Amino acid sequence: MGDKLANTKHTLVALVEDKPGVLNRIASLFRRRNFNIQSLAVGSSEHPGLSRMTIVVGGDIAQVEQVRKQLEKLINVVKVTDITEEDMVSRELALIKVKATTTTRSEIMQIVGIFRANIVDVGPNSLTVEVTGDEDKVNSLLGLLHDFGVKELSRTGRIALTRGSNPF
Amino acid sequence: MKKTGAQILCESLIKEGVEVIFGILGGAVLPIYDAFPQYPKLRHILVRHEQGAAHAADGYARVTHKAGVCIATSGPGATNLVTGIANAYMDSVPMIAITGQVARPVIGKDAFQETDITGITLPITKHNYLVNDVAELAETIKEAFHIAQTGRPGPVLIDIPRDVQQEQGDFVYPDKLDLPGYRIPSRGHPAQIKKAAKLINEAAQPVIIAGRGIIISQAYDEFKEFAEKAQIPVAHTLLGLGSFPGNHILDLGMLGMHGAPCANMAVQNADLLIAIGMRFDDRATGNTREFAPNARIIHIDIDPAEIGKNIPTDVPVVGDVKSVLTALNAQIERGEHVDWLSKIEQWRYEHPSLEIRQSDELLPQYIIHQICEATNGDAFVVTGVGQNQMWAARYFVYTNPNSLISAGGLGPMGFELPAAIGVKIGRPGEVVWCVAGDGGFQMTIQELATITQENIAVKIAILDNGYLGMVRQWQELFYERRYVATKLWNPDFVKIAEAYDIPGLRVTRREEVIPAIQKAMEYPGPFLIDFLIEPEENIYPIVPPGESLARFYEPSKPEVSGGQILSTKHEMLNNIKTQNSNDQKMRVLNLEI
Repeated sequence: MGDKLANTKHTLVALVEDKPGVLNRIASLFRRRNFNIQSLAVGSSEHPGLSRMTIVVGGDIAQVEQVRKQLEKLINVVKVTDITEEDMVSRELALIKVKATTTTRSEIMQIVGIFRANIVDVGPNSLTVEVTGDEDKVNSLLGLLHDFGVKELSRTGRIALTRGSNPF
Repeated sequence: MKKTGAQILCESLIKEGVEVIFGILGGAVLPIYDAFPQYPKLRHILVRHEQGAAHAADGYARVTHKAGVCIATSGPGATNLVTGIANAYMDSVPMIAITGQVARPVIGKDAFQETDITGITLPITKHNYLVNDVAELAETIKEAFHIAQTGRPGPVLIDIPRDVQQEQGDFVYPDKLDLPGYRIPSRGHPAQIKKAAKLINEAAQPVIIAGRGIIISQAYDEFKEFAEKAQIPVAHTLLGLGSFPGNHILDLGMLGMHGAPCANMAVQNADLLIAIGMRFDDRATGNTREFAPNARIIHIDIDPAEIGKNIPTDVPVVGDVKSVLTALNAQIERGEHVDWLSKIEQWRYEHPSLEIRQSDELLPQYIIHQICEATNGDAFVVTGVGQNQMWAARYFVYTNPNSLISAGGLGPMGFELPAAIGVKIGRPGEVVWCVAGDGGFQMTIQELATITQENIAVKIAILDNGYLGMVRQWQELFYERRYVATKLWNPDFVKIAEAYDIPGLRVTRREEVIPAIQKAMEYPGPFLIDFLIEPEENIYPIVPPGESLARFYEPSKPEVSGGQILSTKHEMLNNIKTQNSNDQKMRVLNLEI
């Protein structure tokens, strides 16, 4: 096993049957095999009856390959691919409710503009910011907004697709 | 014509060729039981505890290569199956477990005898179903049997709410299945097989580790041809015993914690391991970091997730053992490993681990040996878990294919008696010996009633040492002989048998062994022998947990020299054994290369 990608985050994309209990089967497998899920996002895919799941797991190549093969053994899981080394697009979405006073509001809006994020709600003492992007972008914006006081934060997990005409 | 869910279930089982169902009824499966009289082809065996139903279905499946079927009611009935299902999962045994569930309107309301059995069995089944609509029932059953019996087999549970059993529906048994996520590897990749053949042809000190996959694939002939053509010695996992004739010149016996020294030493000194249908269980490998340090490894298995799970592999071949071996046999050259085989013979000679010491004591090794002699090896041996299992594994010579039936992965005590019932029902013409310990026997002792009610002619040998023997052995060796909660007060097992209308004998002396076994064999029905064996007899050799296979304890043989005492801990163990005054001064060897 090479050192390459040792103990790094891997992005797995899974096509799974849209049946009751599938998410439970996958979560149960991770728990039972002592695999560490960092994030998991699921929604419908282009195929009727199939959902696409993006799972971020930590570990070396051998561990992640074991995760992938164990996932593929589940009857309701159609295909799992580790796309970490593929050319891919990955996005996260975050909603950040940040404290805003009359003096800080314009500064916050400026930062939001630089990140091409949106203000989706304005309250008397707060602004709610919606940002999409890769994890680093979301983290960077969050870091900048932190000083103003983040009141609430909600983040999705990563979703990902390979670029171009690759089927995954 | 419309049928009820219960009728659809029975019809589907018949379509799948089911002949026997092991179970106990209860409220949530009453509609199914009510339908049984309409289907006399389905023989129902009433057990006395649901664990017995699952183990019996397991034993039946292992000897028939068909899914064993067990049935239980909701709630406690279903949870009592759990041990048996987990066991089938660990040992890759095809099984269909049918459970009743409370009626749909009260699911989730904590109704009487409601349990989320699909949730509970999620990690111990190959797949499971909760059937919410009678229209899905037939298709579900077809899928379940397909999944249970193909690829790497395993248990599948079908949970059927009581009102679905009563609901009317059309019975159409589907021809096709829609399982987009279920693929069965069949033939190994040709390039991998070619690479494997090259390594085999070049190896100087190769060893095969034969696992249960060979038995599941029924590849006995292909495997024998493979080993003989390449002249490679065969070590077995516990469940691989019975995949190759135990009396064959190339057979090394079992490897691992209680393995034959020659098997363990061959593995540790090999330059090539060919692991076939096995999963590198820790009881087989010992310390994985020190496992087979000089060997390249070819791993043949049908489950891709087993490749590299415990041991890194050089050449994985994913496929059905039978087809992979057929392909390999065409590509390997006739081998000769005279030096290697004679080295192994030397180890076998220096460590005669199957020698039974001359003693007036009633030794379990001698009993197993005599059962083997009396049956000429022509019997199924169904074991419990613990010392009895290891003695049965080591001292019976498994010449017939698939003749050892044992619970390897999960290790549930109490497997032996219900599993023996399943084996005898699956292969009624064969002799079945149930080898039990006195501890495990009492975990499923109630199945004696099933044996009598159904007149199942199994022969029961209790190796009765008045201890939970294997744990006592560990307390002796690794906990300075502090015996905590291992001494057993036992009932009179012969009287117990008598109460169940089963004849029995108690054997306390060596010279009574052969006549007792003869008597049991001659008796036309079930028979029990309670062997009061030497209480503190140990199973040797033993590789201490966490150690390399090259380090093991074995009883001393004064005529043998060589070997080297291990650390002070081991010297201490030596002293303990010496004080133990039963003429078993320990010799601890460091055989590492």
